[in-house]
Amino acid sequence: MSSKKTDRRSFLKKSAALAGLAAGAIPFINGNALASVTPGLVKGEAEAKVGTAPEEPNIDDMLYGGRSSYEKTVRINSINSPAGLRNLTPLQDSIGVITPSSYHYLVQGDMHVPNINPDEHTLIVHGMVDRPTVFTMEEIKRLPSVSEVHFLECTGNSGLYHYKSLLENVKKGRKDVSIIQGMHGRTSCSEWTGVPLSLLLKEAGVQKGASWVIAEAGDNIHHAKSIPLMKAMDDIIVAYGQNGEALRREQGYPLRLVVPGFQGVCNVKFLASLKVVDEAYDMQREISAYTNTKPNGMSSWFESQVGPKSLITFPSDAHKLPGPGVYEISGIAWNGRGKIAKVEVSVDNGMSWTDAKLQLPIYSKAWTRFRLPWKWDGTEAVIMSRCTNEFGEIQSTMEGLAKLWGDDFKPAIPAADIEKWWETAPITEFLNNPIQPWKVKADGSVQDVLYNKLLPNPFYPV
Amino acid sequence: MCYTTSYCRTRSILSKSNFLLMAIALLACGVAKAQSPTYKVGRPPTEAELHKWDNLVGPKGRELPIGSGSAKEGAPIFAEKCSFCHGQNGEGVGMYPRLVGGVGSLNTPKPIFTVGSRMAYATSIWDFINRAMPVWPLPRDLSPSDVYALTAFILYKNGIIKEADNMNKNTLVEVQMPNRHGFYPDPPQSKPDDADGTWLPLWEHGPDWKPAAK
Repeated sequence: MSSKKTDRRSFLKKSAALAGLAAGAIPFINGNALASVTPGLVKGEAEAKVGTAPEEPNIDDMLYGGRSSYEKTVRINSINSPAGLRNLTPLQDSIGVITPSSYHYLVQGDMHVPNINPDEHTLIVHGMVDRPTVFTMEEIKRLPSVSEVHFLECTGNSGLYHYKSLLENVKKGRKDVSIIQGMHGRTSCSEWTGVPLSLLLKEAGVQKGASWVIAEAGDNIHHAKSIPLMKAMDDIIVAYGQNGEALRREQGYPLRLVVPGFQGVCNVKFLASLKVVDEAYDMQREISAYTNTKPNGMSSWFESQVGPKSLITFPSDAHKLPGPGVYEISGIAWNGRGKIAKVEVSVDNGMSWTDAKLQLPIYSKAWTRFRLPWKWDGTEAVIMSRCTNEFGEIQSTMEGLAKLWGDDFKPAIPAADIEKWWETAPITEFLNNPIQPWKVKADGSVQDVLYNKLLPNPFYPV
Repeated sequence: MCYTTSYCRTRSILSKSNFLLMAIALLACGVAKAQSPTYKVGRPPTEAELHKWDNLVGPKGRELPIGSGSAKEGAPIFAEKCSFCHGQNGEGVGMYPRLVGGVGSLNTPKPIFTVGSRMAYATSIWDFINRAMPVWPLPRDLSPSDVYALTAFILYKNGIIKEADNMNKNTLVEVQMPNRHGFYPDPPQSKPDDADGTWLPLWEHGPDWKPAAK
């Protein structure tokens, strides 16, 4: 190990220790110091070792399986300012419709991921119920359970707000950021196992007049979210299992909400309390954030359902095609309302569209994998996908979304207006589901032509 | 319309009056079921547990505890525990949020989002400070009166109340936030849209769009 590495390691240790100190100055007030204690920002050494088995493993090394050392895909740390922990899913290497738990995106509102002892964890159901009840983890696991495949997606995924951060990151010299992961990596899809929330609410006996449930986390920041009672009685899962094992610590171990089809912020992790009430509670993360302010100053709030969205994951800007020939275009489609009914792919910049083959079974409110063989002739081509859900709702272009939401949208923003535009355009932030075109260039490299069209990326010319 | 064969068979076998009796019996069962738990798992919370988790404060402020504080009392607490991240006067430090100013800016080309310009209810400020501030790893040791005083300080710095105004469980809910009517739909919907079964927002749809009744 070089001395440079030792220095960095000891610094990391010191920083972590400092961060753990409860009194005195805040060591991470300076953004740079914070970045250093945030896992994932430093590339190279860490990435090479993450999750791999030893070179010559014995049987004990494989009690909890590691991957081949030839596999190096990792989540990347957020491109956003590091107030809170963020990790983004490597969609460019996604296979099928299940995201391995190790790749599931992570958004934690503060810098602390608790490690909760399940033997001491309880869930209280209270408020407007006949029988306020405390459940232990053991009791919850005794109740009839369900397993369902559902996606989660952060409200801000694919938002232009993140593009601004991405450009700043690239400017600072960061090399691990791609559009597919950096812009779209706040979505993942898992098989979740747990008890229907409706069952717990029925056990407690919901009183007449109740209309909302407020879910509260037992983490340090006590994240809380108002959820309509109708949704709570419909398909929400109080989950303890993810992809065949217990929830990962950063995914809310030992218990979390899974709110199918609703934006990520609703899926409260480290679930400790469910309070049944008669109105929305206007929590911090449903007013001062997660609302959409329009040019007239009015904001829509409690928007929740994720729209129809699809994305070609291969080829995308993280890939380079070695030469002309046959490739399988592959991607994911998802939506917050029912099933994906159709995914169309265009390989000629939207002039013509072909139905892609959908992976079966198609789950409701889950990723659906689509595939289409493509013979690339080696000339420049723009490829893209669009999806339709079972209710006939269609994924829009960015221009279409702007129109739909009454936005002041300009396909190419004059440099002089850009700061104003970032601040005022609602589509910069929430619930974005635009069609994402990729340009396959003659040399086989692939580039984004969605965000780049709005604001040319100087480090990434089209 | 018949949804299951067993239901259809039942219906055809039963005479009209028997069917009615059975329906009443089934209905009674349904009511009884709704009133008592099916699995009888779990236990009633202790007083301490109820107290610990009855901590969420909604717009009506029903859960607000006894205690009080003014901006004047809040100032030294803010300086000691909050200013490190939020600045001496709530102006924000680096990436940490600005709390003060921006009232009236939301419909301008340069909106400034702060607690003062954006929140609809003062109770949301009390609630967030009480449950989430100061942030880890600092100690979470604010008393209810401290939280009232800090809320008063932030409201005062935003020009919403006076420096000497005392905030308590009665006065806090009466504070009129400048952006109280800046949100829609108001109140937020607790049911999906009746017409098509969606929760906002609506998406583009083609000619074969099927409205779905929930």
